[in-house]
Amino acid sequence: MDDTALPLFGSGFDPGPSFVDVLRRTAPHALPGAGLTGPATPPFDVTHGTTVVAIRFDGGVVMAGDRRATAGYTIANRRMEKVMPADEYSGVSIAGAAGPAVEMVKLFQVQLEHYEKVEGEQLSLEGKANQLGLLVRGNLPAAMQGFAVVPLFAGFDLRRHRGRVFSYDVTGGKYEEIEYQANGSGGVHARNWIKAGWTPSITREATVDLAIRALFAAADEDVATGGPDLVRRIFPTIAIINEDGYIALTDEEVARRAEALLEGPERGGATS
Amino acid sequence: MSQPFYVSPEQVMKDRADYARKGIARGRSLVALEYEDGIVLVAENPSRTLFKVSEIYDRIAFAGVGKYNEFQMLKIAGVRLADMKGYSYSREDVTANSLANAYAQTLGQVFTHEMKPYEVEILVASVGVEDGDPNELFHILYDGTVFDEQGYTVLGGQSDAIVDLLKRDYTPGLTLSAAIRLGARVLSPPDAPPLPSGQLEVAALQRSRQRRAFHRIKGTELEALLAGDPAEPDPAQPGPAA
Repeated sequence: MDDTALPLFGSGFDPGPSFVDVLRRTAPHALPGAGLTGPATPPFDVTHGTTVVAIRFDGGVVMAGDRRATAGYTIANRRMEKVMPADEYSGVSIAGAAGPAVEMVKLFQVQLEHYEKVEGEQLSLEGKANQLGLLVRGNLPAAMQGFAVVPLFAGFDLRRHRGRVFSYDVTGGKYEEIEYQANGSGGVHARNWIKAGWTPSITREATVDLAIRALFAAADEDVATGGPDLVRRIFPTIAIINEDGYIALTDEEVARRAEALLEGPERGGATS
Repeated sequence: MSQPFYVSPEQVMKDRADYARKGIARGRSLVALEYEDGIVLVAENPSRTLFKVSEIYDRIAFAGVGKYNEFQMLKIAGVRLADMKGYSYSREDVTANSLANAYAQTLGQVFTHEMKPYEVEILVASVGVEDGDPNELFHILYDGTVFDEQGYTVLGGQSDAIVDLLKRDYTPGLTLSAAIRLGARVLSPPDAPPLPSGQLEVAALQRSRQRRAFHRIKGTELEALLAGDPAEPDPAQPGPAA
């Protein structure tokens, strides 16, 4: 790519409002997954992000993720952020191979903002969810080599006025979840915990608490999921998405809630 | 065999410049003003959907006057260049300066080498992140000439008359409301009331916003700002004769 000249395209080659297509035409080497050719299984441990959840409540969605990244039996990172804003009204969280996942989210964020700037209006939430599906599908060759990425996408649908959650499989298949979803190595444990506590009329505050508890349950059962780290003061990443947009809870807020909550049943009933 | 007439390069350039200027003069004007929290762009534009002012990047805005399809094409190319750069390097490496240079290159190339020059004048405006970072206004003409302006700049056909008014009435550190009212007044024809909100397109780069500084001001927000605060002096009234 030439960094200094305006990218101009002849008719028939114009990439339209898609940033991915601009990249494809001018700098294909910068696309995620470019250069991932090699043996079917990598001869080293790939860094993985672990457990993330997205839970609907009346008026929006709560997204949460633990902070641990692992490579084989090693902890690769203790403070990874797996829940990120996709734009003003949506968020994306990632489980799977951390490198390609972070790159995918970065590209997804630019793709949404690029569309908005070129077209003068935002994509619909459904449109955003489909765009992410295309990116996941584009990662399929890398997934076959062990670099699978499975995101969760959630946002507030400004036209339908409710929170929505979408999950994906490695082929880019998109599935709308009407209640909640959890992904990653501890996903099963988190999902079971949410299932026991979720009701259609759950409030926002109860949903945040449920997410914290579900991640604790996952960390309790799954070695790759990080629990609250009271020594280093590391707590899950939590974001609320409602009609006011994407709001990330501060570390202090999550710490305060986690400490208050986990005094309860998580002690195994010893204090009650 | 007939010989083509000799036309001097001076004449060719003059003809092209006249052609471009005539095209630009047919359109309406636009002003950019620095105010206390950044830069506000005010254009005479009755359309609610065909914009002259747009967001390019976090702290950078674009404005164009003249032929709509041409400056729209330049805007999209600018968004692509900025997003490419931000994606492959980092968001803070995208600067108004390098974008203005890219525009100047393209406009200059087209002016000298193509049959028809672009009939546009454009502006690349940016606000800094930190308190000390300056605002920047790059005013670029149809032939690629770049002016680095301070305080205010005017794009479009009747710019000389408007610049005279601003020279007299512009003061640094205006509030947003005062800057918009000043813009609405200088854009209106002499001796006519200031343009109403329905004839204006207004957007601002606001330093106090977090990442994306660009904000379109329309509807009731624009009407409230045009009405202004009764306590503060009204720049919509012409100042003492200079």
